[in-house]
Amino acid sequence: MPRRFTPKVITANHLLEGDVVYLTADDRWTRRHEEAELITDEAHAQIRLLDAEQQVDTVVGVYLADAVAGETGPEPTHFREVFRTRGPSNYAHGKQVEL
Amino acid sequence: MYRYNEFDRDFLAERNLQFRAQVERRIDGSLTEDEFKPLRLMNGLYLQLHAYMLRVAIPYGTLNSAQMRQLALLAEKWDKGYGHFTTRQNIQYNWPRLRDVPDMLDALAEVGLHAIQTSGNTIRNVTADHFAGAAADEVADPRPVAELLRQWSTDHPEFQFMPRKFKIAITGAPNDRAVTAAHDIGLRIVEQDGEIGYQVLVGGGLGRTPMIGKVLAEFIPAADLLPYLEATVAVWNVIGRRDNKYKARIKILVHEFGLENLREEVETEFALRKPLYAGGKDVALLEEIKAHFVAPTFETAPVDAFDTAYAADPIFRSWADTNLAEHRADGYAIATISLKKQGDTPGDATADQMRVMADLASQYGHDELRISHEQNVILPHVHKRHLPALHAALQKAGLATANIGLISDIIACPGMDYCALATARSIPVAQEIATRFEELKLEHEVGPLKIKISGCINACGHHHVGHIGILGLDRAGVENYQITLGGDGTEDAVIGTRTGPGFAYDEIVGAVETIVTTYLGLRQDAGETFLQAYRRVGIEPFKSALYPEAKTRAA
Ligand code: HEM
Ligand code: SF4
Repeated sequence: MPRRFTPKVITANHLLEGDVVYLTADDRWTRRHEEAELITDEAHAQIRLLDAEQQVDTVVGVYLADAVAGETGPEPTHFREVFRTRGPSNYAHGKQVEL
Repeated sequence: MYRYNEFDRDFLAERNLQFRAQVERRIDGSLTEDEFKPLRLMNGLYLQLHAYMLRVAIPYGTLNSAQMRQLALLAEKWDKGYGHFTTRQNIQYNWPRLRDVPDMLDALAEVGLHAIQTSGNTIRNVTADHFAGAAADEVADPRPVAELLRQWSTDHPEFQFMPRKFKIAITGAPNDRAVTAAHDIGLRIVEQDGEIGYQVLVGGGLGRTPMIGKVLAEFIPAADLLPYLEATVAVWNVIGRRDNKYKARIKILVHEFGLENLREEVETEFALRKPLYAGGKDVALLEEIKAHFVAPTFETAPVDAFDTAYAADPIFRSWADTNLAEHRADGYAIATISLKKQGDTPGDATADQMRVMADLASQYGHDELRISHEQNVILPHVHKRHLPALHAALQKAGLATANIGLISDIIACPGMDYCALATARSIPVAQEIATRFEELKLEHEVGPLKIKISGCINACGHHHVGHIGILGLDRAGVENYQITLGGDGTEDAVIGTRTGPGFAYDEIVGAVETIVTTYLGLRQDAGETFLQAYRRVGIEPFKSALYPEAKTRAA
C-alpha cells in the first residue's frame, strides 16, 4: 500500500546568504516557517517542487519537508527542521535572533 | 617551517581568480548549482544547515603568527567573530556569505593559506603528529615525509581514479598522536640498528565500518618507502571493490582478501616498481623538503622562573601538570592551549583569542603554532622560563583551562548545529558533560579520560576511539545517543564496544555520569585510569549500571 501523503512545506537555502528559506503560496521565498505554503496534496507538491527547483539563481538544495498546521501557520515536525527554523544551539546566531 | 614557493603563490593566485569568476557566474545565473557545486567543494566551500561554511586547510597543523592573525581577521570581517578548529587539523568558518568568499580566499593567500580541498577518489592530504619536530619521544620529524608523500601523490597519473578516497597519516614517535591506525595507511617512523625506516599499517578507518589498521610491513627502509607505498596503493587500485562505495576502502580489501594475501601481492608489485626508483631522486627530494622544516635555534637559559612559579602557584602548577608535554630540547616545553573551557564549544576560538595566541607565539614560541586533531592549539617550542608569563596572558584571554586529556577535553564534531549530514547534535552534549563534571568538581579526581562525540555515522568526532564514545542518531524522529566504551586512538588502538540501547538527549549526560561513577567505585586506586580499569573489568559492570532494569528482568 502506498504511504499516505503527509503535509509538506518547500524549503531550501538562499543562494547568496546560505540561510534557510521557505516557499510561500504567493511564490515568495520567506525566512519564516509559519509563512510557508502548507501543501496537503501530493500532485500539487510535485508541481510546486518542480517550480521551486527552477529558481536556480535564488535558492539551493530545494526539498519537501514534513510540517503540520499550527496556530500561526505551518510548524515543522522533525527536530532537524525545528533547528533549521532557529539556528545553532551553542550560540544566539541565525534566525533565533535575526527574525 | 614549510613555506610556499613562487610556483605555489602563482598557482594560488590563479586558482582564486578562477573561483572569483565562477562565483560571479553562479550569482548571475550562468552556472547552475549542479555545475557550481564541485567547483565550490574543491575550494573548501560547503553548504551547511544554516549557512555556507568555508574550510581552510592548515597543512600539518602548522601555522606562524602572521597566519593566525589572518585567521582572526577573517573571523572578524566575514564571520561572526570566531572560527572552529576541527579534528581534521583545519579551521572552519560557519557564516560566510557567497559574495565574500573570493575576498576571504585572497586574504588567506596573502599569508600562504588556502581552502583548496583534496576531493574525489584520490590520495588525500597526509596528516602528521601535532607535536612533530618538538616531542621528546620523536625518532624523526614526520612532516617532511608527509610533504614528500603529498607531492608524490598529487597528480600521480595512476592514482586519480581509485575505488575510493585514500588517507595516510604519519607519526615520528612511538606514542601515536596521529591516530595512524585509523587511516588507510598509517606510517610510523622507527629506528632499527641506527637506520631510519617505516612501519606500515594498512586498512584502518572509522566511519560506517570501523577497523584498526594491521601491520603490513614491520620495517621499510627510507629508500624503499615510495615504491612500497606505490605498490600497496596499486594493488588495491586493481583488486579493490568498485561495485559498492561502502565496500571500496582498502580496509574492506584487507578484511575480505586477507592481510597475508595482500602482503604477497604487494611484495610482487614492489619488486617490479623498485627499479623505477633506482636513481634515488625521491631521497634527494626528501632532503630538500627537510630544509623547509628546520627547527628553530633553541636557547639555553636557566629555568628558575618556572620552578619558582611551579612551587608557589597552585593554579599554574595544575595547568603545567595537564597542559605541558616533554620537549626534545633542554629547558623547553610543548604548551597546549585548551579550546575546551567547560561549557564552551569545543574547538572554537574568538578573533581576539586567535590574536592573543599569535602574539604569544611570536613573543615566547619561536613564531610557531600547531592545531591538533583534538581541537586544541599548541605552542610547540616554549622555553620554560617564559611559561609563567605565558600562563598569565592565557588566563586574561580565557585560554588557561587546565584540562588536556581530562574529561572536559572533549572532541565533538559540529553535529546538527551546523552539519547538513548530521543525525543529531553533538556540541551541546559536549557542553553539558563538561559543565556537569565541572560542577561536581570531579575532573581531576577522575584523571585521564577521552570522550569523543560524532553527530552521525561518518565519525568525524572519532567516537569509535574515545574511551567513552558517543554517536548521535535519529531514532524515529528523536535524537538518540549510542555509547561505546574502551576505544583507544593511540599506538594500542582499539575500537570501542557498544554498551547497548542508546539514550535520549536528556539522558545522555546522566548516562556518562553513571559510567564515571561506576569507574570511580571499582578502580583499584587513584592511579588506575579509566581505560586501565575498563580493560581489567570489561564492559559488564558498566552495562549493569547503565541498564539496571535489564538485570532485574533477567533475574
Ligand atoms: C559540513 C561539514 C562536514 C561534512 C559534510 C563532512 C562529511 C564527511 C563525510 C561524508 C565523511 C565520510 C567519508 C567516508 O568515510 O567515505 C567524513 C569523514 C570524516 N570527517 Fe567530515 N564532514 C564535515 C565536517 C567535519 C569536521 C568539522 C571534522 C572535524 C571535526 C571532520 C572530520 C572528519 C574525519 C576525521 C573523517 C574521517 C572518518 C574516517 O576515518 O573515516 N569532518 N566527513
Ligand atoms: S560526523 Fe556526521 S554530523 Fe559530525 S561533522 Fe561528520 S558528517 Fe557531520
